[in-house]
Amino acid sequence: MVNRILVGAHYGLKDWIIQRATAIVMAVYTLIFLVVVGAVGPDTFEAWRGIFANGFMKFATFLFFVSVFYHAWIGIRDIWMDYVKPDGLRLLMMIATAAVLVGYAGWAVQILWRM
Amino acid sequence: MAELAIKKKRPKNLDLPTIRLPLPGILSIIHRISGAAMFLLLPFLLWLFQSSLTSPESFAGVKAVVGHPLAKIILLGLVWFYMHHFCAGIRYLLLDLHKGVELEAARLSSKIVFVVSIALTLIIGARVLW
Repeated sequence: MVNRILVGAHYGLKDWIIQRATAIVMAVYTLIFLVVVGAVGPDTFEAWRGIFANGFMKFATFLFFVSVFYHAWIGIRDIWMDYVKPDGLRLLMMIATAAVLVGYAGWAVQILWRM
Repeated sequence: MAELAIKKKRPKNLDLPTIRLPLPGILSIIHRISGAAMFLLLPFLLWLFQSSLTSPESFAGVKAVVGHPLAKIILLGLVWFYMHHFCAGIRYLLLDLHKGVELEAARLSSKIVFVVSIALTLIIGARVLW
């Protein structure tokens, strides 16, 4: 008989904390973004591009994207765990989710640093 | 103690069509649906973001796409999803801190989430989309 105590082992605590930490990063970025866009009023390509050419906004936008992708990983993984019961299919969905999110992160880097 | 509580016979009502979901429950399922929808839209949004930053021509292309009436309605829905997820998320962070966990407070805060997120959606829609 397996006599493992589940309570107190902190299974999932790391993801629980990261989900909330990334949420706070995204919420703060949302406010910064709305203030900056409101101040700049980017009607032209140059003005819009200028926002993300700024070093701080480039860094903050990258941090936002990474937070979105990690937050989405935890949330979508929870959805698969709740609704997809066959183990093989669930594993496949999780791998596919993680794969596209890692790909998006690479894409986001490319967008921000090659613009 | 805990096992005793679980084994106790409790009345069950799992006739789903007759269960009226309370407002915090509606908030919760929209939180999940909006999250899933935004996840599915990620490649399209990244493509839009990339096009907006590539060249003046592609920027104009994005403006034209975003300016289409049908696109505006979809984007307004997306803004509402974002704002609902944002406001409901802040409510969940407060619940994590044991703020507003009582029934009445939880019902009130879910009403506030709906009012604030819809108001923000309309403001952003009016300022940016129309």
